[in-house]
Amino acid sequence: MSALASLTRKPWIWSFVAAGLVWLVTVLFTGGASALGLTLAALTFSSFAIIVGTGQMLVITLGPGNIDLSVPATMTLAGTLALKFMAVDNSLILPGLLVAIAIGLAVGSVNYGLIKLLRIPPIIATLCMSFIVQSTAIWSNRGLRIKPPPALAEFATSGPFGIANVALVALLITIIAWIFLERSIYGRWITSIGQSMAAARMAGVPVDGARFLTYVICAVLASIAGYLLASFSGGAALNMGAEYLLMSIAVVVIGGTSVAGGFSNVPGIWGASLFMFLVVSMLNTYGLGAGFRMIMTGIIIIAVILLASRRNTSLT
Amino acid sequence: MPDSPSPSPLVELEDARLRFGVVKALDGATLHVRPGECLGLVGHNGAGKSTVVNILNGALTPDEGVLRRDGQTVHRNDINDARAHGTRCVFQELSLCPNLTVIENTRIVHRDLGGFGWRKRARQIIEDSLNRIFPGHHIDSQATVGSLSIAQRQMVEIAMAFSESSTRPRLVILDEPTSSLDATLAGQMLAQVRRFVQAGGSVILISHILHEILSTADRIIVMKDGRVSVERPAGDFTTQSLFEAMGSVAPEEGVTQQARNLSQAPVVLKVPHPTVPFTARRGELVGLTGLSGHGQSEMLIDLFRQHSGNWLPHRNPTVAFVAGDRRLNGIFHLWSILENFAIAALGDLTRRGFVDDAAVRERGAAWQRRIEIRTQDMNQPILSLSGGNQQKVLFARALGTRAPVVLMDDPMRGVDVGTKQEVYRIIREEAAAGRTFIWYSTEMEEVCLCDRVYVFREGAIVAELAGSEVNENNILAASFEGEAA
Repeated sequence: MSALASLTRKPWIWSFVAAGLVWLVTVLFTGGASALGLTLAALTFSSFAIIVGTGQMLVITLGPGNIDLSVPATMTLAGTLALKFMAVDNSLILPGLLVAIAIGLAVGSVNYGLIKLLRIPPIIATLCMSFIVQSTAIWSNRGLRIKPPPALAEFATSGPFGIANVALVALLITIIAWIFLERSIYGRWITSIGQSMAAARMAGVPVDGARFLTYVICAVLASIAGYLLASFSGGAALNMGAEYLLMSIAVVVIGGTSVAGGFSNVPGIWGASLFMFLVVSMLNTYGLGAGFRMIMTGIIIIAVILLASRRNTSLT
Repeated sequence: MPDSPSPSPLVELEDARLRFGVVKALDGATLHVRPGECLGLVGHNGAGKSTVVNILNGALTPDEGVLRRDGQTVHRNDINDARAHGTRCVFQELSLCPNLTVIENTRIVHRDLGGFGWRKRARQIIEDSLNRIFPGHHIDSQATVGSLSIAQRQMVEIAMAFSESSTRPRLVILDEPTSSLDATLAGQMLAQVRRFVQAGGSVILISHILHEILSTADRIIVMKDGRVSVERPAGDFTTQSLFEAMGSVAPEEGVTQQARNLSQAPVVLKVPHPTVPFTARRGELVGLTGLSGHGQSEMLIDLFRQHSGNWLPHRNPTVAFVAGDRRLNGIFHLWSILENFAIAALGDLTRRGFVDDAAVRERGAAWQRRIEIRTQDMNQPILSLSGGNQQKVLFARALGTRAPVVLMDDPMRGVDVGTKQEVYRIIREEAAAGRTFIWYSTEMEEVCLCDRVYVFREGAIVAELAGSEVNENNILAASFEGEAA
């Protein structure tokens, strides 16, 4: 009983409860036939949001005003350039991954460079950056759909027991992120910065170093997600990152990470990503159109933020 | 002193009890305030003083017990009712909105100022009050509060509490009002308290600076463990007996430092300056003084920034910082006591970048004993501690590092007398072991503990005093004239 009570106090539990409810409603509608298929699809399709969301969560943890809007453009550019570099050649899969990671390192460094050197607020700096990055992707892509190497496409779409490898990669990334946040000195640094940048500075935290690292990690995770998504969906497309702007922020917020910074929540990203996918599936199952789906998504995000803020005030 | 037929009490609290979780904040407190009287309230950190204040101003309702205003029992305690009744409060934790101007803050406090031209009316009210209490204050009422120094913010807050619009202040509660003020400003404030009381108002004065209480209050209440332990007219107390009533060890009479000559010790910090260069030597207590808000805090913050890494942490930190404005650059409000303590020394408490929990717990427990942080569990949230105990955590945070230089930004705000003596002792021990302390303080008693003192005026050092030259007269002379010494 007390175990249950302590479980209800975990901020991440609610996103899993919500995901479970939506899953149940959808499965019931199809008479139980889709139970396994829906579960596997949810795990597979949410893994991209999980990877991008983990990076966004680290940035949001840095406190008010910190956000990375260049995530979708970085995904597109990394996917496009990596696939172009590999040129459907199986032997270049790993170097291709390194190309994607290098793009992430570059975008993240320039992002923080703009924020720090030009003193531009992160929301504007990363938005400007996203225009530059997206334009580079358009220029290099020229509207063609570039195909992934066959072995990489095979890796992305298959996996043990029907669970796609991308979901396992996402799991690995989140576990590493969780360990770093909870146990490492870097985790302490960014949560302290999120609570009070001035206090963190005066406690000897290397504020610029930690923030720089965080923006770089976020961009690198976005480029890995772009690399995997392009391979998974049979090729890089210019709009492939588009839905991940809202998605990366929504899963962080729904997952129970504080929008005000200083408190992050890794398990919640899983719950929230599954939930976001399942909501779309549910609305699809009920035969609702794309426009209505978007409206519902917006309403759900607002509702969750309201609930989360009420929970916090009742605690203090 | 009005000892004649005493008028009926303005506010009364009878056998009030209040608990927060397992903590008994009040355990049967009974007290009252009459019109035309200044009540002094003293006690250790966590004795329940701030809780009493929060009941009287309407923010908290006691679990048990009776609250009466003008003899009427209050059933539903409410901040607006308390305000309408004329209760005003100056908090230990400053409570103005930092993003608004002084005028706009006045508008928030005086709700009836609304309508066209409120800025003009608000300006009139706050400037009158400031001019009356702190003549020659140099505070621009159109400046945002965040741009003011902590002393100026405290002055504005005090002026706000005594300001009048359609509701007049009848009871002003001052919780550590002079903690950021230098001696001159503190004197002006206490004079205002006496004027207000003489005109028939009531004041509750909470301070850890006992001579302020003894000289200003008519009656003194000593609180201990959520109760009133002693209540007597102020004239019946001496500093000594008040110390004893609080249950603390009285400081040795006239603690003057044994004149230590450290001019041969190696220099650990240096700031070149054309007229008065700044140096700090190994094992030295260096005081920064002068009128409050004349650049002392800024210098400490600059020193810290220059000697610590903003991109990479230094393997051997050279400086540690103890914040005085703990809400601005001290505590991390979402964290536990232990996490707040450990952050500055994490470099020593990690293995390959991962936090060593056992080492953190061990060091936390050692400092909890050494500096007596009053909590059962260091994993409790930092905000569960009283203000003074939070300050002790910040001390432990800085002293727990290996840094040979500790910068202290007027850190004794809101710390009780007993704890101060403890901390002074720890500082002396650490200094004897070779640590250097650079100590900005608004309290003369602390400045006089230092081996050498720099006096600040208008953002710069104007004088250096050493050994027997360190006394109140020399410091005041230097702060006002600037050409002295």
